[in-house]
Amino acid sequence: MSQPKLLIDTHKLNLILKRFALQLIEAHGDFAQTAIIGLQPRGVDLAKKLTAFITELQPDNALKYGELDHTFFRDDIGRGEIFMPKKSHINFSTENLNIVLVDDVLYTGRSVRASIDALMSFGRPKQVELMVLVDRRFQRELPISPNYVGVVVDSRSTGEHVKVDWTEDQQQVWLLSKKE
Amino acid sequence: MTANAPIKHLLGIKGLSESHIQTIFETADNFKTLINGPVKKTPALRDITIANLFFENSTRTRVSFELAEKRLGADTINFSSSSSSVKKGETLIDTVNNILSMKVDMVVMRHPAPGACVFLSKHIDAQIVNAGDGTHEHPTQALLDAYSIREQYGDVAGKKVVIIGDILHSRVALSNIYCLQLLGAEVMVCGPATLIPKHIHALGVKVSHNLEEALRWCDVANMLRIQLERQDQRYFPSLKEYSRLYGLTMDKLNALDKEICIMHPGPINRGVEISSDVADSDHSIILQQVENGVAVRMAVLFLLGQQRL
Repeated sequence: MSQPKLLIDTHKLNLILKRFALQLIEAHGDFAQTAIIGLQPRGVDLAKKLTAFITELQPDNALKYGELDHTFFRDDIGRGEIFMPKKSHINFSTENLNIVLVDDVLYTGRSVRASIDALMSFGRPKQVELMVLVDRRFQRELPISPNYVGVVVDSRSTGEHVKVDWTEDQQQVWLLSKKE
Repeated sequence: MTANAPIKHLLGIKGLSESHIQTIFETADNFKTLINGPVKKTPALRDITIANLFFENSTRTRVSFELAEKRLGADTINFSSSSSSVKKGETLIDTVNNILSMKVDMVVMRHPAPGACVFLSKHIDAQIVNAGDGTHEHPTQALLDAYSIREQYGDVAGKKVVIIGDILHSRVALSNIYCLQLLGAEVMVCGPATLIPKHIHALGVKVSHNLEEALRWCDVANMLRIQLERQDQRYFPSLKEYSRLYGLTMDKLNALDKEICIMHPGPINRGVEISSDVADSDHSIILQQVENGVAVRMAVLFLLGQQRL
């Protein structure tokens, strides 16, 4: 088994999030028509930190923030694993808004597909974009492509696994040779 | 029902743990968010067929289950004994096995015989949800009642709940007692001595035959109707007398020095166990119970439906 590889440390994560924040400010202006939605479970931490960076860079923004769980829209319900839903919290209408979905790792694309379906149950957005910290682009099983990417992992091995360690003080993203 | 303690059927509250119930409630929270949004459906159970077998009359429960199933994307078939071959002498197992041979995955059943769902679960492969079996249990009603109390007060633990009326013939009462006690509530039953089962103390509930005393004690009053269809003898002199002693009126509520929450599983007999002004007042959460029923039943079906393989 090869050694775990540190993909992102706290310093690099902050750089990536600042880049994301600037990219979003450039693309969405004052966010009057834009909402950032963190995907449960781990996209939420990332989305919260991102909104804090945006507010730091642009204090007068009209940014709307929500959290979305896609459990009821998964394509593998009843196929062995038991899924417990987390909270969806979107207290605004998504009708005609630009939505930025935020997640930690984009892998097969199936979670994002389910999340888009879950999002549509809150209304019909004008546009949906996807922001991910890690894009494992050669592992896709559905035609899903991110708009904003932190780092790209080009591994073709299905035995590898991206692990996100997220605590208050330290955030790290590791590439492991198998689930640990 | 969780990954740690999977259960195949929902036959009664007895057999569930507190963590099962909390899991159902947390899942129901998510479904409540969904059904209050613009698009009320999910495809979660799109590859499941559910048969609703109602061998007894029902309005709320049948409609609530059917709505829950449709909002989960399941295919549904509805069966009522009054228009079926049961009238021609077919047994319960034969009837159900014939329906299951049409590739049905789950059965929601209401039956007048206590224990009918347990009996069926021993003879068929499909998952079974008890929608009321005689005077035994009505688990989804108890779950939605407790869920409504939780919604009203934030928690069920520590609340005092009195169940008033025909306890003897009520499946709602038994399921409510099990469910509320599991969640840490104190339970009292109140009604005429003839309508309270003899050994109900053994369940750890308080008993009162005085409505005013019960109302002073409780945070929540769950009013039950008199189940005339199950009564084979007279249990009280007249409905008028019952109503005078055990009917909940605004005067009795106003005499209290606190606000209490009024529930009723339906159908309501206005003017008998509850007056119209109480049923329609701000104290009453009767319609919230009905609304919560769909979310709770979606949660039960979703959690069971994941374990069909």
